[in-house]
Parts: sequence; C-alpha cells; structure tokens
Amino acid sequence: MASTKQLPLFESWGRYPRLQAAELAPIHWSTDFPRQSVAPAQLPVGLGRSYGDVCLLENGVLLETSGLDRFLAFDPSTGILRCEAGVSLAQILDFAVPRGFFLPVTPGTKFVTVGGAIANDIHGKNHHVAGSFGCHVRQLELVRSDGSSIICSPERNADWFRATVGGCGLTGLITWAEIQMRPIVSPRIDYEGIQFHGIDELIELFKSNSGIEYTVAWIDCVSTGANFARGIYMLGDHSDVPAPLVAGGKAKLNFPVDLPAVFLNRHTMRAFNEVYFHKQFGKRVKSLVHYEPFFYPLDAVLHWNRMYGKDGLLQFQCALPWEGGKEGMIELLRAITRSGLASFLAVLKAFGDIPSPGMLSFPMPGLMLALDFPIREGVSFKLLDNLASITREHGGRLYSAKDARMTAEQFQAFYPQWQEFSRYVDPGFDSAFWQRVTGRRPIDG
Amino acid sequence: MGEKNKLPKRVLALGATSGIAEATLRLFAESGANLFLVGRNAAKLEAVRADLMARGAASADVYTVDLNDTAQHPALLEQAVQTLGAIDLALLAHGVLGDQEAAQADYAVAEVVLYTNFLSAVSLITWLANYFEKNHAGVLAVISSVAGDRGRKSNYVYGASKGALSIFLDGVRNRIDRSGVQVLTIKPGFVATPMTSHLPKGPLFAQPAQVAKGIVRAIERRSDVVYLPPFWELIMLIICSIPERIFKKLNL
Repeated sequence: MASTKQLPLFESWGRYPRLQAAELAPIHWSTDFPRQSVAPAQLPVGLGRSYGDVCLLENGVLLETSGLDRFLAFDPSTGILRCEAGVSLAQILDFAVPRGFFLPVTPGTKFVTVGGAIANDIHGKNHHVAGSFGCHVRQLELVRSDGSSIICSPERNADWFRATVGGCGLTGLITWAEIQMRPIVSPRIDYEGIQFHGIDELIELFKSNSGIEYTVAWIDCVSTGANFARGIYMLGDHSDVPAPLVAGGKAKLNFPVDLPAVFLNRHTMRAFNEVYFHKQFGKRVKSLVHYEPFFYPLDAVLHWNRMYGKDGLLQFQCALPWEGGKEGMIELLRAITRSGLASFLAVLKAFGDIPSPGMLSFPMPGLMLALDFPIREGVSFKLLDNLASITREHGGRLYSAKDARMTAEQFQAFYPQWQEFSRYVDPGFDSAFWQRVTGRRPIDG
Repeated sequence: MGEKNKLPKRVLALGATSGIAEATLRLFAESGANLFLVGRNAAKLEAVRADLMARGAASADVYTVDLNDTAQHPALLEQAVQTLGAIDLALLAHGVLGDQEAAQADYAVAEVVLYTNFLSAVSLITWLANYFEKNHAGVLAVISSVAGDRGRKSNYVYGASKGALSIFLDGVRNRIDRSGVQVLTIKPGFVATPMTSHLPKGPLFAQPAQVAKGIVRAIERRSDVVYLPPFWELIMLIICSIPERIFKKLNL
C-alpha cells in the first residue's frame, strides 16, 4: 500500500551508510513471522542503535521487532526473566528495578532491544567480572525463515546458540530469550572518578581495581604533549545500602535538528575535552549516584547523533590483546590525536578473560577503545582505515556493531570463525554488513 | 500514590490483543487487577496473558471467541462475571480499520466494518449497560475514534461505524450515568498499533502507552468523553466547525 517514496529511511545510529530498504515490516506477534511473501532477503532490526550497517539491508525487508515487547515470565526468587526479543533494556529496567533486579550487563544506552543485545553480543563496564551479555542468556528461541523453531542454550543446540549470540541477526529471528538478572538493593551506584595521565597509569588503575564491578575510562584524544592520553577513570559498584528501588527517568531533551558540521571542529573539541577533564575538581572524587546518569548519560538527549550533522558519524571500536596491546593503544591514540578528528567521548576499557559465547563475539582479553568521528571528506575514511591496520598489526579486532568500514579481508582475519558461522546463516536473511564482509558489497572511498 | 487504589480491580477486556487494549491492560496489571481477556486468536491471547501476569496481574483468564458472533455474547459475558466474581470495568477495544477503497466499492466489505465496529459492540454494550445499571456501579469504557466525529472521504465507512458507536454511547450514558455507571467514550487519533502498521507514520501518531495513560486518567477522573492524545479535541473542534459547503471540497 505504501509506495517506496513514502517509506521512511531506516537509519543506523551512525546514519552512515544510508541504504533504502524495500519494506519495513512490523512484527507484533511471534506468529507474524515467517511472512508470506519475502522479497529478496530480510533482516531483523531493533531500535537502530548499532552504528554502521549491521542493521541495514538495501532493497530488503527489515523486520521491525520492537512490537515484540512482552514479558513472558519472571521469577523473583531466581531473577530469571523471559521476554520477547523486542523488549528494550529500558523497559526491562522499568520492570526489574522496582522488583530489586538489574541487568546483568548493560551498554552505554538502554535504548536497545534484547534481540539486538544478543545479536551483537554487547558488553558493558563490567566485562571484566561479568563477560558479555550472551553469558547471561539462558536460552532463546530462533525462528528460521522456513518456519522451523530452534530452542537453543549453552547446552541445547549449543552450536546454534554460539552462532546466534553475536550473529548480527543473520541466523534467523530471535523471538524470545531468557535472561539471568542480578539482584540489587538500591538503584544507586557508589561512584569514584580518578584523573590519570597516560596509558601506563591507566593500565595500573585497571589492574588494581579489578574487584570493582564497573570500570571504564574517558580519555582525551585531542590534547598532546604533557596532556597526551589524560583522562578520567570511573569506577562504580551497586550500592549495598538499601534505598527505594526507583527506575530511571525518561529522556528530557531531544536534539531537534542536524547540527551544521562546522560546529564540530578542532577548537570546540579541544574546549570540550578541557572542560570535561576538569569537570571533576581534584584527583579523586567519590559520590553516590543513581544508575541512570552513571550508565546512560547520553540517553538524556534523544537523537544526540544529530549533533554530527546530516552526514552522520563513524565509530571506531577495537579490542587489542594484552600482549602488545599497550603499544598498540598508544599508536592508535597518536594517530587519532594527530588527525585532529577526535570528538567528545573516547572510551577505554580493560576487557576481562571470561569467554564470550558467540562465534563472532567481539570482546577479547585486553584493552578496548571506542570513539566517534565526524565524516569529513577525504580524511575520516583514511583515518579509520589506518586505525584498522594498526589494530590488525597488534592482533586485535574491530566491533561489527560499530563498524562501517572494514574490508572483507580484514573481517575474515579478525574473525577466523566466520566460515563456520556462515553455515548457520538463514538462507532468507542478509545484511549490508554481511554483504560487505563477504565481499559482495564495495566500500566507499 | 493513592490514586492507583481507585482503579477498577476486576477488568473485562474485549479485544484484548488490540494495541490500545494491551497497553491499557499493562497499567491495570501493574495495579494488581484481575483480568478476563477476550480475543479471537488463542496464541496472541496467550502472549498477552503471560505478559500481564509477569507485570503483576492478580489473575488473567482468557476466552477465545470471534466477537462478530453476537450469539456467543451472553455466554461469554456470564463466564466473565463468574470468573471475576463481578465486573468493575469493561473495556471494549475490538475493531477493524477496514479498507476504505474496497468498502466504498463493495457493500459486503462495508458491512463487515459496520458489523464489527458497531453492531457487535451494541450487542456487548446492551448486556453490559444492563448489568452495570443493575449493580449501580461500574465503568463501561469503549474505544471509538476521532474518525467518528465527521465523515471524510478517506475513511467514512470506518468513521460511520465509530460515529454511530459514539452516538449510541451518548444515549447509554444519558440513561445509566444517573445509576452510578461511568460510560467513557474514548476517541483516539492516530495510534501506532498493529491496526495501523501498514500506514506511513506522521508526527500525529501517538504511542499506545501514551493513549493507555490517558484512558486510565479518564477513568480516574470519571470523564464522559476523552480525546487521546488531548490535542485531538482541538483538531476535531476545528474540523467539525468547517461549513459543509467548504468541507465537501477538501481532501481529507
């Protein structure tokens, strides 16, 4: 009924690349899938918070899963939650926090679906103690485009489980999943922020605080000289002092327009990083904060990606193994600083050694760096390609959920299990990402 | 905080798998209500039931029936009373949007829309109005539509079914409000539900959760007619005030 002209463009969070799907098919009930007519291929999508092209499929059918938003069972004695795959982490928090439970793993936004969290095997600030999201999925249902249903778990149909966790939505439609939640007695986080200068100091902080549940560092990728690789190391634990279990508030601000690209430049970024570093007065600051600003500071501003203008943004996120990781990280930071392209928030974290369950899961023991770049003609792509090369030289890998640039050759080197994985891809499913990393779609510039 | 206690406890939902009904029932489930869920599709009803139980409903029973089969209505309603003990709130939410182009070309298509949205509702409301009147208590909340306020070429068959429903409810209210029964006519605008999933979404589309909150508020305030979101009251005021000689030339 709706013509192609009327069809809104489904965008990833980076808004790059821009690829027009043939159809957006809302899935409200698990019985809405498989669909009667399926032209050329399909791909499940959630809330579009992945950055590159894992949630895009040109001329394909995007199965919009956010209508699968039902809780199916919750056992307050065990904290086991079974819900449909379109339930968002925000909806889970609203449900679970008043009942004394929290997400076992949460990323930096709560506006992702359970299906997306599994498909990208997301991680959080507690990776060193909790592993990735997939480590807390007890079982899930996968429905294939031929209508067959596979219940899988680490024990049952374990190969399907390993393919689907981190499988970028390509193995079929996840209809529901069962998640092990963790108990809390307070919605608050015991927070501490520590200023640091340089990677050595930061690695020391990660090593000496490995017993703290949540650790992450914000790192200044603009400043040079004595301020090179300075930042704020942030630690948090769920408060053990009982307090009223109130879930977080709703987003209060909305970034209303695409900011003209000129606003993000070397000078504004330098100013921002200077202010951010000194927003904390003194070397160490402790406070008790609600989980909302601790985990989701950017969720307070809906559509903050518009700040990067209509051309969108690129995210770079890599993991480097401990072996040579420090040198690799310094090399990456030097290249970024030199480029002058770095923006607001660069995040550095130490991954722990809990194995991720997925064949294509991203985390590996070592260091992780993530930051955004505006898209500037001629320079941004070159920088990202350079960073990917450095990552590869140091035995690391890039995160598919954030990437729009890696070549098929790079992907296949980063994820040598990809051939094993490809046997589990649903024949009716595809994605722009999968086309790219299997050499079926060219990369710009 | 005390407001939640005033919410009706024993709730009958007719068309419980509709997007607006489901969102509204979640709020009643969170307040610990007993629910009786009626719908056509057993698998969908079961998914809704599980969700509402997880959210805190004291009980949730399901009854699978095609509400177009009005002969089944008395048995269904008696079963609801028996299961719940009594009905404090009946929410009528079943309905079809229909295909205007098909309906204007073929009376048989229009008849289905009118039957489902109006006549089957009349059958249910007649029974429920008498039940509530006899009890001198209860809330009869019925989902009509802003489309029923004025006929437009883009959806006048649906609009006529909902307009007739609104007028019928005005009459029922005039009759039983004085017996202590709240008759609430709910007039949503565009809502992003399965019913409208094939339509391109404009800025006027509301989320079902937002409409659900408005329904609960209208029940708490004992309103008669509620437009949801409330700005539709103004839009419809303007639309209804346009003289017919001009209106008939507009493309609405």
